[in-house]
Amino acid sequence: MSLWIWLLLACALAYAWKLVGYFVPAKLLQNPRMSRVAGTMTIGLLASLTVVNAVASGQSLAADARLGALAAAAIALAFRAPFLVVVLAGAGAAAVLRLLGWN
Amino acid sequence: MKLLSSPAVKVGISISIATGLYGVSFGALSVTSGLDFWQTMALSLLLFSGGSQFAFIGVVAGGGSGVAAMSAATLLGMRNGIYGMQLNALLHPTGWRKYVAAQLTIDESTATSTGQTDPDEQRRGFWAAGIGIYVLWNLFTAVGALAGAGLGDPRQWGLDGAAVAAFLALLWPRLKGREPVAIAVVCALATVLAVPFVPAGVPILIAAVVAAVIGWFSHGRSDEGLEPDVDPYAEHHHRQHGPAASRKAGA
Repeated sequence: MSLWIWLLLACALAYAWKLVGYFVPAKLLQNPRMSRVAGTMTIGLLASLTVVNAVASGQSLAADARLGALAAAAIALAFRAPFLVVVLAGAGAAAVLRLLGWN
Repeated sequence: MKLLSSPAVKVGISISIATGLYGVSFGALSVTSGLDFWQTMALSLLLFSGGSQFAFIGVVAGGGSGVAAMSAATLLGMRNGIYGMQLNALLHPTGWRKYVAAQLTIDESTATSTGQTDPDEQRRGFWAAGIGIYVLWNLFTAVGALAGAGLGDPRQWGLDGAAVAAFLALLWPRLKGREPVAIAVVCALATVLAVPFVPAGVPILIAAVVAAVIGWFSHGRSDEGLEPDVDPYAEHHHRQHGPAASRKAGA
């Protein structure tokens, strides 16, 4: 139940961010510094989420089949594969490595 | 018929299909992360911002708390405020349209709109991409959620690997130039160092703070990191100079 509360709060806050742009005087947000923080935070969060999903399991670090998924995704992206193909490459690599016995 | 001959509408439709389709991966990963069908749908219908949705389920899948999941999703949503400001200056929506436009304000609808030069085309591009992605993203989220629920052990299918790949694919188009790469590396390192010492989910928030501090003090491009996951004008950009070069809004 409590997950629902945080989930709905996340939805409300996401909409609030979107609305802010339409209602706050442009001068406030035109500050290049705000725009830069929004951009660098996007990069930082996505980099962090990539790493967490690749090597963290709870509070410990693990080298398992997910590293293979990371490598496969990077190769697919280097070849300009579309999003869905990249995701399938990641899933395929992890599944095959597990089949071969690398957890 | 006039609408279909609009170049912005054509771009909007093709970006809707490309983006909407990967709603399948979100839906499937969400239910295997432990969210139920309606929680998954609530994220696509109400939150409607791919990166933030993946962030929310990514934190939950890693054992993080609801607060951490909400925080990561919210911090990742800040850029939509910047897009809203650009679109408001460009399209001047009035009345109820403002509230609808806000919900449809995401990377791809913004990029489709700001990639046009004619004000009418900018408006058509925004609404075509925004509405098209909203409808298809939710449709394919439902398909993915239903399919994911029947998969059994998600690890056997490599779905945890799919999540890793999804985040890298979201990050990749934003790594243009030396500074974004440096930020990504620093934040990845900060995350790895933090994992053993703080509860799950918190390392992501630490990385966000590191990135915000870098952004505050750096002097890089002001639109760094504000690129769409799927570039609506990719072909056009490849023919011209570097990507994202002509994507700047009037602001």
